[in-house]
Amino acid sequence: MTQFLDISGLCARIDADGQEKEILKGVDLSIPPGEVHAIMGPNGSGKSTLSYVLAGREDYEVTAGSVTFQGQDLLGMEPEERAAAGLFLAFQSPIELPGVNNANFLRTAVNAVRRARGQDELDAVAFLKTARAAAKDLSMAPDMLKRNVNVGFSGGEKKRNEVLQMTLLEPSFAILDETDSGLDVDALRIVAEGVNRLRSPSFSALVITHHQRLLDYLVPDRIHVMAQGRIIHSGGPELAQQIDREGYTRFLAEAAAA
Amino acid sequence: MPAVTETREAVEKLGQSSYKWGFETDIDMDVAPKGLNEDTIRLISARKEEPEWLLEWRLAAYRSWLTMKEPTWAKVSHPPIDYQDLHYYAAPKKKPGPKSLEEVDPELLRTYEKLGIPLHEQAMLAGVELPEGETARPPIAIDAVFDSVSVVTTFRKTLEEAGVIFCPISEAVRDYPDLVRQYLGSVVPVGDNFYAALNSAVFTDGSFVFVPKGVRCPMELSTYFRINAKNTGQFERTLIVVEDGASVSYLEGCTAPMRDENQLHAAVVELVAMEDASIKYSTVQNWYPGDENGRGGIYNFVTKRGACRGARSKISWTQVETGSAITWKYPSCILQGEGSVGEFYSVAVTNNHQQADTGTKMIHIGRNTRSTIIAKTISAGHSDSTYRGLVRVQPKASGARNFTQCDSLLIGDQCGAHTVPYIENRNMGARIEHEATTSKISEDQLFYCRQRGLSEEDAVGLIVNGFCRDVLKELPMEFAVEAQKLLQISLEGSVG
Repeated sequence: MTQFLDISGLCARIDADGQEKEILKGVDLSIPPGEVHAIMGPNGSGKSTLSYVLAGREDYEVTAGSVTFQGQDLLGMEPEERAAAGLFLAFQSPIELPGVNNANFLRTAVNAVRRARGQDELDAVAFLKTARAAAKDLSMAPDMLKRNVNVGFSGGEKKRNEVLQMTLLEPSFAILDETDSGLDVDALRIVAEGVNRLRSPSFSALVITHHQRLLDYLVPDRIHVMAQGRIIHSGGPELAQQIDREGYTRFLAEAAAA
Repeated sequence: MPAVTETREAVEKLGQSSYKWGFETDIDMDVAPKGLNEDTIRLISARKEEPEWLLEWRLAAYRSWLTMKEPTWAKVSHPPIDYQDLHYYAAPKKKPGPKSLEEVDPELLRTYEKLGIPLHEQAMLAGVELPEGETARPPIAIDAVFDSVSVVTTFRKTLEEAGVIFCPISEAVRDYPDLVRQYLGSVVPVGDNFYAALNSAVFTDGSFVFVPKGVRCPMELSTYFRINAKNTGQFERTLIVVEDGASVSYLEGCTAPMRDENQLHAAVVELVAMEDASIKYSTVQNWYPGDENGRGGIYNFVTKRGACRGARSKISWTQVETGSAITWKYPSCILQGEGSVGEFYSVAVTNNHQQADTGTKMIHIGRNTRSTIIAKTISAGHSDSTYRGLVRVQPKASGARNFTQCDSLLIGDQCGAHTVPYIENRNMGARIEHEATTSKISEDQLFYCRQRGLSEEDAVGLIVNGFCRDVLKELPMEFAVEAQKLLQISLEGSVG
């Protein structure tokens, strides 16, 4: 128990075309405050499902286990309550909102969480100033704030927009679901730097990735291997290189033998 | 309309609904007896001290109405309307004559204040006395119509100096009879359709606007309609004439108290644009829509039509329709003048048991006439919404162009959206485009917004406003803000 984020025996399923499908089969994971953890694992191991369940997506049914986030029962909260409590999910495929101005969306979101956290709302001027500075740090074109949320954005622009939202919403815990996928090396570095800027004793992150490359820039405190709905192995940052060299075969075999 | 017995519980329940404009004003009224016959019409005409020609005009309309039947082609249904069970005239008691704010019953002023309609010119001009949190608005001249009559028109002096006439139509009949006689019924003839004929027979008030040659109207004009009396039909008549090279932007808003029975509203709006003239007509229609079980609400059966008579004239209709139990309304443009332009931007929102059948008619007569139709339909609850539009190109309209885009957004799985375009082209050189889409608010979009901290209702509001953006941006600035709020309120409780 870390008193920050503690996931214990978490099982969840989804109703896929009338068929119940068990995806998480007992996830145990603890993340202490101020640490960045990574989850790696083969396709279909339940990594994205874990991020959705933590964020509160309703299509998934939690059948067992518990999640405590800063002393609160996370699973009993609405998605927006989780966001207000400090949880942020950077989407693997950010959603388009046609006709919704990006700056307006960001400001609405920022003020919604500020209200819920008992902070003063930002007026339009103060908000734009902060947002422009943050966008600049991420090397985003100035017009991205004026465009519609994610509409017509390239893959890289969408991911940067996610990091921009994360920066402005000031979460205490961020889940990055394959934020590195589809990024070229430069974009990857910019995104990783964006996350690194947030690192502090009061910010933790769970980084879901397939590639060691991201972890070169965003060095995690711990790496977990997830397969078949469970965490099957955990280790230090050196685990990334090992996985890169050898793949998951050995961990899968060990887990099968155990 | 048969009145449903009101129980105390029902009234209390209504009071909790999200319709914030549903209060009633207690005021002394002068009400005509129920029923419609030639005597009723003579009474209305006499009360309004009208000239003989107008009485004859009304009677002609009545006689043609008697031969007509309610239209049944729209995709709406309602129990039969008993036209003899209605009052056709209801007016706040006060002496006639020119009105200044000082003469207006304070109870009426309070009503409009409560509705957020500023009638105090001084306060608006100086930006003082504004409620907390409200920023100063640019001045807008307002004609406030309460039940059947106009109670006050603001900024008349400022407008007169510019040469603009903006007054209740009943006063225009008295003060500018030639203008009224020349244009009244010239766009919507007395026998045009069932409801227009009824309106022509019994119309009581409305606004008259005349902008002379070359004048750009110095401020937005606005009419605010309020139905208050019970069992009373509201039949207002608006006539806007804009001469060569002149322009005006006109706004129309409307609300009504919450009642258990249905109320009939059958208005007629006529616009005339001469050479190089432009008229922008914006409506935010927020009549009481009925409760969540579909009881009560306004029947909004309205005929709106504009004639682009002069070359290069332009008429632009923008409407945000959130209210009424039933909406039957097709603001149209007759594009006679060469190179004239017609536009129709519409957002229609239906929730609970509301029904809307709305759209436009673009009649291309002149050469190189152009029209644009952007219609956004949002259906929620058990509601049903239909876009019905006609694009007709006459043989002489060479080079005519039309672009139509109809998008429907469904919220929930109990509602319906329909698109019924009629295209009649008699000129091979015309170009007509029609695009239509239907979509639902996706779970992905909702979850994305909620993950960022927005409540479900705020998320729906944001997504819906995004969907309507192409239309909302056509509204004058401050109307757009109100319309956005209204969209959100109308859809409250539609998700989850």
